[in-house]
Amino acid sequence: MHLLLSPMQQTDKLISPSVNWGSLTPLLVLLGAGLVLLVGAALSARGWAKGLYATLTAAAAVAAGVLQFVLWNSTVHHGPKSLVGEALVVDGPSLFIGISICAALLLAALVTDDYLRREDIDSPEVYGLYLMAALGGLVMAASNDLIVLFLGLEVLSIALYVLAASHRKRIESQEAGLKYFILGGFSSAFFLYGVALVYGATGTTRLRGPESIKTALALTVETDKHRALLVVGVALLLVGLAFKVAAVPFHSWTPDVYQGAPTPVTGFMASAAKAAAFGALLRSVVLSMPELRDDWRPAIWVLAILTLVIGSTLAVVQTNVKRMLAYSSISHAGFILVGIEAAAHGGESGDRGIASVLFYVLTYAVLVSGTFAVSTLVGRSGDGAHGLDSYRGLGRQRPVLALALAVFLLAQAGVPLTSGFVAKFSVITAAADASSYAIAIIAMLAAVIGAFLYLRIIVSMFLEDGDAEGERVSIPFGTGAAIGISVAFTLVVGFFPGWLLELARDAATRLY
Amino acid sequence: MPTDFSSFLRGWLTVAIFGTLGLLLAGLLLGLSALVRPKRPTVEKSMAYESGVDPVGDGWSQSQIRYYIFALLFVMFDVEAVFIFPWATQLERYAGFGLVEMGVFVFVLLLGLVYAWRKGVLRWV
Repeated sequence: MHLLLSPMQQTDKLISPSVNWGSLTPLLVLLGAGLVLLVGAALSARGWAKGLYATLTAAAAVAAGVLQFVLWNSTVHHGPKSLVGEALVVDGPSLFIGISICAALLLAALVTDDYLRREDIDSPEVYGLYLMAALGGLVMAASNDLIVLFLGLEVLSIALYVLAASHRKRIESQEAGLKYFILGGFSSAFFLYGVALVYGATGTTRLRGPESIKTALALTVETDKHRALLVVGVALLLVGLAFKVAAVPFHSWTPDVYQGAPTPVTGFMASAAKAAAFGALLRSVVLSMPELRDDWRPAIWVLAILTLVIGSTLAVVQTNVKRMLAYSSISHAGFILVGIEAAAHGGESGDRGIASVLFYVLTYAVLVSGTFAVSTLVGRSGDGAHGLDSYRGLGRQRPVLALALAVFLLAQAGVPLTSGFVAKFSVITAAADASSYAIAIIAMLAAVIGAFLYLRIIVSMFLEDGDAEGERVSIPFGTGAAIGISVAFTLVVGFFPGWLLELARDAATRLY
Repeated sequence: MPTDFSSFLRGWLTVAIFGTLGLLLAGLLLGLSALVRPKRPTVEKSMAYESGVDPVGDGWSQSQIRYYIFALLFVMFDVEAVFIFPWATQLERYAGFGLVEMGVFVFVLLLGLVYAWRKGVLRWV
């Protein structure tokens, strides 16, 4: 009211938050590359030279990754910090997840280049959308405000809806895009409603730091009155994020969308989108609402167990390899949820839980990118050959490729001396440390059930007689490089996991 | 807490009662008239306009795709205007920083327009 009465007040300068551009550079690089790609390609008369789109995308992914390493070092020396008026943070988990997303983007760009040329639909839009999706993922992982988190979620999701439908010649791809769009729209609405209720209960959307949800919950004076609102709000937040990570019972879109989407896009969805959503889950609920953990931890517990059991068992009965991998990605989400449940206990065992989640997210992102890269090649022209039959005799026809896929599948099954084993081991030990024995045992059982499915593909490649019909699988350079990088990472981390575990532990303790 | 929550629910009780009454009333009236009235359907009677122009074609007609593109472009600039208007009224407060920010915003939107133009969206085919 008195603002209107005193005109002096009105011409006061707005105090803008300090932006700290230096720490925003990873985001700016991805954004800039996306804009340059789209506008530059549209302005040039006949499009860019072959492979240039992918090169620019890969370069942006590497640059953003390197910049995040630089920021990592600065958090080692100066501690974690917040940016843009506490809307974003630069800390251990955000950088770790950000680097995972950049790795997924790099691998996706390498695979997509060959894929789009094989399918004769090369265009800059796909790469622009990849970059935007990665940007959204980075924002999600680094957000310290529910509205900013929602912004990142939407940028990521909308880019992925279009990417899922980006193979214009395949009707399955259109179907996948439409399904993902409609169901994803619902889940975004759930999430947003949750944000509104949490805001109603606490009076803020900020997650951590001064005047945030975390401090409001610690005071409890305000929130006790609005406890019902708060609990319903958190439940809706969990629904929205559980949809994005494909946790049972919010998983029903996953098999259809993973099967229908172009195979490199499926790989990107399984790696980058999952990493971003787990980062967001960690940040929004686990780290910001520890006072409320007695209310939401049982929900995570149930989600984890359902996801593990249903993901692994339904994977076994599939005959389409992309569907199998979709269900397997659901069961992997279950394993990561086991780590989240451990992280929910707080304290030292909680830190171990966070570290195990981060470790799992990074190793799984590389693993699944590699797996879908092989699946892209086996799909052959038209991207249709994804039945188990198409893998028959691959061991004879393309021994190196089959061996690479075997490494990925064994790692996903959790066989020792692969990154997958270390990831599963650290998640289950974190659960045992937090005294969640039931969930740890179920996770081990699910791993055993899941192993059957991976062995089935390996048996089909090496032991079954007869050759797959259709053309010979060709291995172009970019995809080969992506598969090589993934295999190397999987084995190196499998043999020498110490350094990465150390980094993940560092990240977990260096929280804003 | 319980009093607060139950008063919250009581607020919605009104809505629930109103909704139920509305449904009941409409159902009662329609049901009564359906019971009482004679029923002799003919083809003419079940057409959309009994006394008007005969319908042509079926309900699933295709509409022009170009309208959708214009709608998209309209939404884009409409949102831009929605953002610019409050900004313009408070420009003095935002000062140089606000000017640069809006410049960046408009520039990015213009990139979208450039993209649309190069893709031939603006031509009426």
